[in-house]
Amino acid sequence: MGFPLLTIALLAPIIGALVLVFIPKDEHKIVKAISAFVMAISLGLTLVAYFGYDFAKGGMQFTEDIVWVKELGVTYAMGVDGISLPMLLLTNLIGFSAVFASWNVEKRPKTFFILLLLLIAGVMGTFIARDLFIFFLFYEVVVIPLYIMVIIWGSSKRVTKEYAGMKLTIYLLIGSAFLLVGLIAIYLNAYPVGQRTFMIDKLSAASYSEPFQIFAFALLAVGFGSLLSMFPFHSWSPDGYAGAPTAVSMIHAGVLKKIGGYGLIRVGLLALPLGAKFWAPVIAFLAVCNVAYAAMIALAQKDLKYVIGYSSVSHMGYVLIGLAALNVIGINGAVANMFAHGVMSALFFSMIGYVYEKTHTRYIPDLGGLAHQMPRVAIGFMMAGMASLGLPGLVSFIPEFTIFVGSFAVYPTMAIIAIAGIIITALYTLRALANVLFGPRRPEFDHYPDAKGPEMVPLLVLGSVLVLGGIFPHLILDMVNSGVEPLVSAMMAKLGAAATIGGGF
Amino acid sequence: MNMSLLSTEILTAVLACGLLILCLLSPNKEKHRGIGYATLFGLLAILVTTFFQYGINETTFHELWIHDDYSVFMKELFLVAAILVTLSSIDFVDTLPRFRSEYYSLIVFAALGMMVMASANDLVTIYVGMELMTITFFVLVAYVLGNGRSSEAGVKYLLLGAASSAVLLFGMSLLYGLTGTTVIPEMMSKLHWSPALVIAVVTLIAGFGFKISAVPFHMWSPDIYEGAPTPITGYLAVASKAAGFAVLVRVFIDGLPLQNGVDWLTVMSVLAGITMVIGNVVAIPQTNIKRMLAYSSVAQAGYLLVGLMSADAAGVKGILFYAMLYVVANMGAFAVAIVVAKELGTEEIPDYAGLAIRQPLLASVMTISLLSLAGIPPLAGFVGKLYLFSAIMDKGVLWPAFVGFVMSMVSVYYYLNVALYMWRDEPKDNRPIHVPGAIKFTVLFAMVATVFFGIYPGPLAEVATMAAKSLF
Repeated sequence: MGFPLLTIALLAPIIGALVLVFIPKDEHKIVKAISAFVMAISLGLTLVAYFGYDFAKGGMQFTEDIVWVKELGVTYAMGVDGISLPMLLLTNLIGFSAVFASWNVEKRPKTFFILLLLLIAGVMGTFIARDLFIFFLFYEVVVIPLYIMVIIWGSSKRVTKEYAGMKLTIYLLIGSAFLLVGLIAIYLNAYPVGQRTFMIDKLSAASYSEPFQIFAFALLAVGFGSLLSMFPFHSWSPDGYAGAPTAVSMIHAGVLKKIGGYGLIRVGLLALPLGAKFWAPVIAFLAVCNVAYAAMIALAQKDLKYVIGYSSVSHMGYVLIGLAALNVIGINGAVANMFAHGVMSALFFSMIGYVYEKTHTRYIPDLGGLAHQMPRVAIGFMMAGMASLGLPGLVSFIPEFTIFVGSFAVYPTMAIIAIAGIIITALYTLRALANVLFGPRRPEFDHYPDAKGPEMVPLLVLGSVLVLGGIFPHLILDMVNSGVEPLVSAMMAKLGAAATIGGGF
Repeated sequence: MNMSLLSTEILTAVLACGLLILCLLSPNKEKHRGIGYATLFGLLAILVTTFFQYGINETTFHELWIHDDYSVFMKELFLVAAILVTLSSIDFVDTLPRFRSEYYSLIVFAALGMMVMASANDLVTIYVGMELMTITFFVLVAYVLGNGRSSEAGVKYLLLGAASSAVLLFGMSLLYGLTGTTVIPEMMSKLHWSPALVIAVVTLIAGFGFKISAVPFHMWSPDIYEGAPTPITGYLAVASKAAGFAVLVRVFIDGLPLQNGVDWLTVMSVLAGITMVIGNVVAIPQTNIKRMLAYSSVAQAGYLLVGLMSADAAGVKGILFYAMLYVVANMGAFAVAIVVAKELGTEEIPDYAGLAIRQPLLASVMTISLLSLAGIPPLAGFVGKLYLFSAIMDKGVLWPAFVGFVMSMVSVYYYLNVALYMWRDEPKDNRPIHVPGAIKFTVLFAMVATVFFGIYPGPLAEVATMAAKSLF
């Protein structure tokens, strides 16, 4: 075993949080500096892993294996491949930006940053774990900091922050209860007593009967689907984002809900292909509901965070339809779109957070002409908005295009409806941007400063990824493809040729 | 007769009597903190000796007494509970008007009763151990002289406890009548289906169900938990319940046949299901921390019963593992409640407001302990539930896992409600809360153990597996 790069990246925020415990609570600047420093370490190591990934070799790299609980078959197994690396990078990009987006937190900053770092570490752990047990452990670690952060630093607008926090938590947990039953069922069914293991690759290699696959995949789809805000389990998402503080909205919309899509691919599709095939048409249908229904509701929203909240539900529909296509192109698109949407929504939420922090309102009719006073923030808004509606040249165009190519072959009707959803997306995004940023100069906003110093970091980091990902899409797509192709081809081989034409209406 | 098999009990009895003598020797006006520490180190020493007792599987006194890994594990659990209770009691005992020193001796006697229960291979021995424990608890629950609620709780516990003992004794006498023996493993082959056996099983379940506070025999627990002194509530919640499980598991698995006998598994399943649901649902509206923990402990009994449903080594291992974590997590929560009750004079959950600012350690321990009870990873409760529910799922029965996991997520609601007040609200006054050293140790131990066994459950799980195997 070589240099434990992933473990260090994972432990950096945890150790940072431990250090923060011992910092006096009045020393705000030091607390923030330490948080930024540890996140910079994680981000740096992630970049090393991302650009050091050996395409020729493929598969899991930077692996670490330590036997953890022998009798259960749990291994502390870390490793990244082409599917997890983009997600890991996304986590750290957003985590790093989230620290800076919270630079102006003055209320109990010590507790805030301890919880934020734990939250980021939890999300990071899920993407690098190769063991289902460890995966689940990290997946639920996030619940505790999430809830506490929403109730302390959240904002009560249409719903109270207590309600939002509890709704977020309960949805996540009830979903995970179903998920857990499904995961344990897979674990128990895969191998007889004595050979049992939680290693994901071994669980994928085991064979399961078709009825079992259908049953277990349904549990997984409910669990991961509710995390991914799949219709009809989506209603936590807009309320939760609206109630949460900026950093939590960024991390939750940006990466946390992507765990749902990631888990569905990693465990659902690869271990239970027959179950996936059975449920794919249903998921595709629900995905179209996501796209169309949530976009319609976003049209009617007056609170900026609700607009983006519903827009994120709508975008997750694209991810789901890409997954449901069950072919390499569709799944490539789904993974890449998770990355693209993560960057975009995190940028959006950080900009909204900035405006809200200064003006104390997110109500669209109360805002207007902000481009006069805050040109930099306006640029961030515009970039995120344009990415949201899939403008070519920004990060989300190619992934969405790929998804449509992949899914059109399988579900032509639904793909057309989903593509049409882009028009509604353009409608609500452009309208919101126009009302907030443009129009006559409003004197009451004159004394609000534009973003500067540390406040610029989220815009710079996420904005440049947005552009770079658009101009050099192969940076992401090649990576994703190198991870998806071998695994999905193996899955297709299991299914036989029939799967590619299955479903479809 | 191999007296060495009784060494733990003999040591404990000597310690308890020695403490009584110490009470007589020391003047009544002193605070008797020293006796508290003597108890502590005595119990610690006994705990250390138990580690050398694994691997001995023998019976003595004509099968009346059994010494196996299972009983050793349970004894360690009782000792850990007694140690944590002693630690959290030291400052509480200072506030008692009289009879401070006898308190510790009673705690040790209760532990002795539990140990006898764990090692009993015979119905009469079980009964003797159980009465030793229960009668000691009658005294301890009513220990705060001049406090109406404590006395009321004591009287209630006395009446209900006596009634449940009578019911249990009735069931035991029926078993003796049917088989002509009181030795548990000997009953197995002699029992066949008969109406009398049905009555015996039902009364046994009612009697033990009272001890473990399973629905519908749980009614006593909220009132008595609320009225009893808080350290004793903790003791009652963790150790008394674990002792109930220790005998329940041994009697049902070793003594009552499933084939040709009464299908007690179905009865247990129904009990486990309604206990999980009712315990969790009724806990939601509670505003008193002790009542909330009482209903939560009812729900925990339901989870533990699921382990008995699978009736195999994996399920019993789940029970043992979970019971140990349950002790640690619950004692952490009760220790925080003790400090808050002493410093703020309240047991109402809304009064926990701002605890995270005034004393972050206590707030963190309370949050972690409660979330471990809810079974949120990476805390130990999650691994415990995983063992319990995967054992029954392995038998092809899925519904307990569904009910269990969904209800544990429901339980998050009322556990987080406490966290809500502690973390969100500003405190009424900003005075920092003084945490006595003994309590600080208790809560730190509870927190570290809860997190450690959640992340690295291996060592404890191996011991639990070994202990569970000795039953089969």
